Amino acid sequence: MALTSSIGVGGQHARKRVEASLTGSGADVAGGGFRILLITGLGVAIFFLGAVLWSVIPDGIGYISDRGSAFFSERSSTRSAEFGIFEGIRGTMWIGIFVVVFSFPTGIAAAIYLEEYAKSNRLTRFIELNIRNLAGVPSVVYGVLGLAIFANRLDGFFPGSADRHLGSTTAAAGATLAILVLPIVIITASEAIRAVPRPLREAGYGVGATKWEVTRHHVLPYAAPGILTGTLLSLARALGEAAPLILVGGVTGRLGPRSGLFELEQLGEQFTALPLQIAELAKQPANSGRWTDATAAAIVALLAVVIIANTVAILLRNHFEKKRG
Amino acid sequence: MATVSPSPGLDLGDLEGEKGRHRRESAVRYTLTGAAGTSLIISFLIVFALIFEALTFIDGIDLGFLWGDQWAPPFNEYDIKTPVVGSLIVTGIAMLVALPVGLCAAVFLSEYARPGVRKVLKPTLEILAGIPSVVLGFFALRWVTPNITQNIRADAPLFTLISAGIGVGILTIPLIASVSEDALSSVPGSLREASSGLGARKVTTTTRVVVPAAISGLVAAFIIGISRAIGETMVVFLAAGGGGNQAEFTLSPFESGTTMTAAMAASVAPSDRVSEGVALQSLFFLGLLLFFITLVLNMVADRFVRRVRQVY
Repeated sequence: MALTSSIGVGGQHARKRVEASLTGSGADVAGGGFRILLITGLGVAIFFLGAVLWSVIPDGIGYISDRGSAFFSERSSTRSAEFGIFEGIRGTMWIGIFVVVFSFPTGIAAAIYLEEYAKSNRLTRFIELNIRNLAGVPSVVYGVLGLAIFANRLDGFFPGSADRHLGSTTAAAGATLAILVLPIVIITASEAIRAVPRPLREAGYGVGATKWEVTRHHVLPYAAPGILTGTLLSLARALGEAAPLILVGGVTGRLGPRSGLFELEQLGEQFTALPLQIAELAKQPANSGRWTDATAAAIVALLAVVIIANTVAILLRNHFEKKRG
Repeated sequence: MATVSPSPGLDLGDLEGEKGRHRRESAVRYTLTGAAGTSLIISFLIVFALIFEALTFIDGIDLGFLWGDQWAPPFNEYDIKTPVVGSLIVTGIAMLVALPVGLCAAVFLSEYARPGVRKVLKPTLEILAGIPSVVLGFFALRWVTPNITQNIRADAPLFTLISAGIGVGILTIPLIASVSEDALSSVPGSLREASSGLGARKVTTTTRVVVPAAISGLVAAFIIGISRAIGETMVVFLAAGGGGNQAEFTLSPFESGTTMTAAMAASVAPSDRVSEGVALQSLFFLGLLLFFITLVLNMVADRFVRRVRQVY
C-alpha cells in the first residue's frame, strides 16, 4: 500500500511540473538572450556598412557640389581644391571595356564547355578545380602576373609603349584585370547553366536539334539572367580593384599625354584608375587642404558605379528567382 | 512482313544531316574548348612567372638577409618574418571581428529572420560585400583609427596593424556570413522538426542540432575568410603602413607594420618604386608564398564544403 501512495505523490508532483511547463510559466531566458546576440551580430555588420557610407558621402557630396562638373572633367592636381578625376574615369572605363570584351565571351564560352560539352573525366575535374583555385588567388598575385608578363615581357607589344614606363600601359592593366575576373565569370556562368532543368535540353534533342542548337536556343536563354548577374558582379569587382593596378605600374599623379575618353591611343600609354587615385588621395595628410574631402568625393564616384552594378545584379537575380519559384 | 525499306525518296545520305550543321557543331566545340583551355594556361603562367622570378631572388641574395630587423627593399633588408607575422596579426584581428559577427548574422538570417526581413537584410549584406577594398582602406585609416583604435590606446599612431585588421575584418564579414548561411540552410528541415518534436526550444534546436549539422560548412567559411584576409592588400597598404616601403619587425598590433600583400604593393608604389634587381624580385618571392598559402587554404575549404554537400 505504501508503494501506491508514493506513486500517487510522485505523479502529483510530475503533473504539476508538466502543467507549469505547458502553460509557459517559465520565461525562455536563454532563447531570448541568444536572439539578442544574433541581432547584435547582424546589427554590427549593418552598422559598419552605415559608418562606411556615412564617413564618405556627406564630405564627398560637399566637395563635388563645390567643384561642379569640373571634378569629373579635369585632370588630377597637386592642389587639393582643384583635383579632378577625369584620368581615373578614363582608365576605369577602359578596364571595364577590356573585361566586357575579353572576360565575358571567354568566361561564358568556358562555362558552356564545362557544363554542356566536357565529359566527366579527370581532365575536366582538374580544369574545374583549377578555376575554383584561381578564383581564390589574391588579387595582388594577379598584379604580379600582369607585371611579369604584360608590363615586362610584352613591353613594347602595344604600339607606343616602347621605352616608356616598363610597358605599364592601359592595355596591360585591362588585360590583367580581365584575367583576374575570368575565373569568377566562369564559376557564376557555370552555376547559371547548371540550374537549367534537364527536360528543357531533352525536349530539344527530341526534335533533332544538335548540341549547339540546344545550347543556343534552349539552355542559354534560360540561363541568361543568372549569367548576366554573374557578369555584372564580376565587372563591379574589376572596377573596384586597386592592388593589381599598383603592381602593373599605374601612375597616381598627373599623366603626361592628354588623350580623350575614347581615343584608342590611350591603350599604349600610361594609365591610372579611380581606385588608384583614391589610394593616392587617401595617403595625403588629413589636416592640410581638402584632401580628405577630395578622397571622399572620388570614393562617392567609384561607389556610385560599383553599387549600381551590384544592386542591378542583385535585383535581377531576386526577380528571376521569384518568377521561377 | 516487316521489312526495313526506306520510304520513297529518302536515302541514307539524307539521314546524315546537313554538312553545314556538322561543321558549325565542331567549330563551336573547338572554340569552347579553347576558352576553357585559356584558364588552364593562365594558371600555369601565374605559377611559372612567380617561381621563375622567386628563384632568381633566392639565388641573388645571401639567405642570411631573410632574417633581420626590418623589411626594407630599398636598403636591401628582407626580414621575412616582418611581413609574415604582420599578415598573421592582421588576419587574426580580422577573424576576431568577422567570425562572430558573420556567424551571428548567418544564423539569424537562416534560422530566425522572417522572409520579409530576410529579403531586405540579405541584399544589404551583399552590398557591403561589393564595396571596393580601397574604400575600406580609407575608412580604416580615417574612421577606425580615431574612433576605435585611439579609443583603446590613446597614444596609438596613425598607422596601426589593428586598424588594418578591423578594416579587413569588416571586408570579410559578408563573405563569412554568406558561406555560413549556405551551410546552415542546406541542413534539411526534417532535423529541425525532429528536434522541435522532442520539445526542444528554438535556441536548443539551433545550437545543438542545426549548427553541429552544418559544422563542416562553417569551418569552410572560417578558412575561406582567413584566405581572403591574408590576400587583402589595399586596407593594409593604406591603414597599416601608409604605403611606405619600409617596416620594422613588431609583435604589437598597436604599431605600424606591413603584411606580405602590402609589402608587395609598397615596393612598386610610384613614390618609391623599385623597378629592377633583387628588390623587384623580392615581391615575386612574397607573391609565390602568398599563392601557395591561399592555394592550400582554398583546397582545404573546398574539402569541407564538399562534405556538407555529400551528407545532405
